[in-house]
Amino acid sequence: MFGFLMNFIPRAVVQGIPLLYGSTGEIITQKSGNLNLGIPGVMYVGAISGVIGAFFYENSGAAINPFLAVLIPLLCCLIGSLLMGLLYCFLTVSLRANQNVTGLALTTFGVGFGNFFGGSLIKLVNSDVPSIALSTTSSYFSKSLPFASKLGGFGKIFFSYSFLAYLAIIIAFVASYVLNRTRAGLHLRAVGENPNTADAAGINVTKYKYVATCVGCMIAGLGGLYYVMDYACGVWSNDAFGDRGWLAIALVIFTIWRPNLSVLASFLFGGLYILYLYIPTGMDHMEYQEIYKMIPYVVTLVVLVITSMRSKRENQPPASLGLPYFREER
Amino acid sequence: MHEKHREPLFHIVKRDGLPWYRSLMIRFVAILIALVFCGIITTITTGINPLEVYGTMITGAFGTSRKIWITLQNISILLLISLALTPAFRMRFWNIGGEGQVLIGGLTAAACMICLGNKLPNALVILCMIITSIAAGAVWGFIPAFFKAKWNTNETLSTLMMNYIATQLVAFYTVVWEVPKGSGKIGIINQDSNIGWLPQVFGSKYLLSIIVAVVITIFMWIYLYYSKQGYEISVVGESEKTARYVGIKVEKVIIRTMLLSGAICGLVGLLLVGFINHTVTTTIAGGQGFTAVLVSWMSKFNPLSMIFSSSLIIFMNRGAGEISTNFGLNQSFADILTGIILFFIIGCEFFISYKLSFRKKKGKEEEA
Repeated sequence: MFGFLMNFIPRAVVQGIPLLYGSTGEIITQKSGNLNLGIPGVMYVGAISGVIGAFFYENSGAAINPFLAVLIPLLCCLIGSLLMGLLYCFLTVSLRANQNVTGLALTTFGVGFGNFFGGSLIKLVNSDVPSIALSTTSSYFSKSLPFASKLGGFGKIFFSYSFLAYLAIIIAFVASYVLNRTRAGLHLRAVGENPNTADAAGINVTKYKYVATCVGCMIAGLGGLYYVMDYACGVWSNDAFGDRGWLAIALVIFTIWRPNLSVLASFLFGGLYILYLYIPTGMDHMEYQEIYKMIPYVVTLVVLVITSMRSKRENQPPASLGLPYFREER
Repeated sequence: MHEKHREPLFHIVKRDGLPWYRSLMIRFVAILIALVFCGIITTITTGINPLEVYGTMITGAFGTSRKIWITLQNISILLLISLALTPAFRMRFWNIGGEGQVLIGGLTAAACMICLGNKLPNALVILCMIITSIAAGAVWGFIPAFFKAKWNTNETLSTLMMNYIATQLVAFYTVVWEVPKGSGKIGIINQDSNIGWLPQVFGSKYLLSIIVAVVITIFMWIYLYYSKQGYEISVVGESEKTARYVGIKVEKVIIRTMLLSGAICGLVGLLLVGFINHTVTTTIAGGQGFTAVLVSWMSKFNPLSMIFSSSLIIFMNRGAGEISTNFGLNQSFADILTGIILFFIIGCEFFISYKLSFRKKKGKEEEA
């Protein structure tokens, strides 16, 4: 049992980190009243932007500087996801478009963008490498703390991850602090609950919505980058990221809009995501694996129903979630 | 203490209503700009001359008579899914589970073909397929609707989760039924006996789904605009409180509408499995459940305009597919172009419901 946990927990955490980035980003976004269903697309764009940056740097022929090798993909990823966030904000906040539709269009575009450049980048730049395998960049990204291996099991569970994993946890706690303990967080929650009142109190609703959504998108984009650079070892394969973006959105409800709860919840979901590998099926009944892969979705559905059944006041979504705000309209 | 008053460059005013031809023109201009923009993007990525881009797209969609038929068939499928989702959207129920409802309909149709194939006469098998796949789709629509009606569970996420549950069920049965063992796919079902294959109409391999699409379009148009149930849907969508006040049972309307929505999706699954592909895979719906949401919204939930919007999306899709095949690019190119068109259409809605009134020059104002 102990050996099983030693093996299982680190893998669950690694699976959970992209979900944590995605859900933290989405919580911040939703607190401003924007329901961004484009998160899956944003995460793809974040990942591919990082890959494109790293690809050009690795193939530029220059001697690879570890610091730049991390910084360039990181910046590209942030810029890529920021642009997606700006697009979403421009359409929903400035042009007051329907948020569900804009989000879905953003996902269609983002996933297509990721898969297109992931699949065609080599052909487009006429490079002679056979596939995108950024092992050098990836090795810098997945560097774990040097003393982790010396601490045995304890080190494996707590210290064996790369810096992006710790960054995810830090961001989640900082987000939680900012949302609940600072003036900016209070204003942001006011905007999400009732933009009319917030506007009357002199809070710049448009600014808060823009900043929250763009920051949320940038955080979510990092989740995509973590997946490619650390989990997938720098190898891009189309659609490999799968439905994690949607699970991240589901996690927002699961954690009732609390980034600090999201840390534990995303590791739990990461565990559920790979649980099927650990349930013995026997060689001649491999089909049951497909049933076990259903577990995270069934659990999400059950949790959704249970939270809606209990419907406590403090567990409700921001009151104006999904609604556009137009000052002249009452 | 003279505070300087700065008038903004423009302010936004809601329009009372635009004559239909002007709103049509705004949309048309938006699509035109989007197409030009797509052309520029294609030229940048592939280096072909912009005019050729549109030429290739048209060849891709309408080049040969076979291509025209396939394009029409794809349009009919996308149109059917959009029509299925529409009644739910009209009551503000964001059903993004079209994908799962189609899959489960397709899965049950395939189950009938495989399990009943050698036991019942062909006509009975087909009858079973029709009944079970419509029922399965309806059940898949019922589950989120029930939770929504009873406990106001967020339907966007619950329908989404139902998609993945359906996908995994299909994956499970793909392994159970795989032919040959270990290949990971089912292959063409009943290839020799053709049992459970829906009949060809007028000797055409493509016509049946098109006919079904036409019938459902007309049905949906009448249902939504000229029936009592359609009216109830609109009232619930506008204001749940009003609906309750006038004595409409909101819960009943939600469940009934989602049963209908799911049932039509199940029918699409039947067409995909029994008529077009004769097999079932996890990707048989191909993301059209999501595209259909956008098609339905673009058409302002009007079944007749949906014919046009689904045609536009399929045309772009087939055209971009042709470009990517010709240039050895990835098929996802189509998604990028579709995304761009959608952004323009979403953006142009603003100019239909609002207008910008610019700051007047100081001098002019004084004259007036």
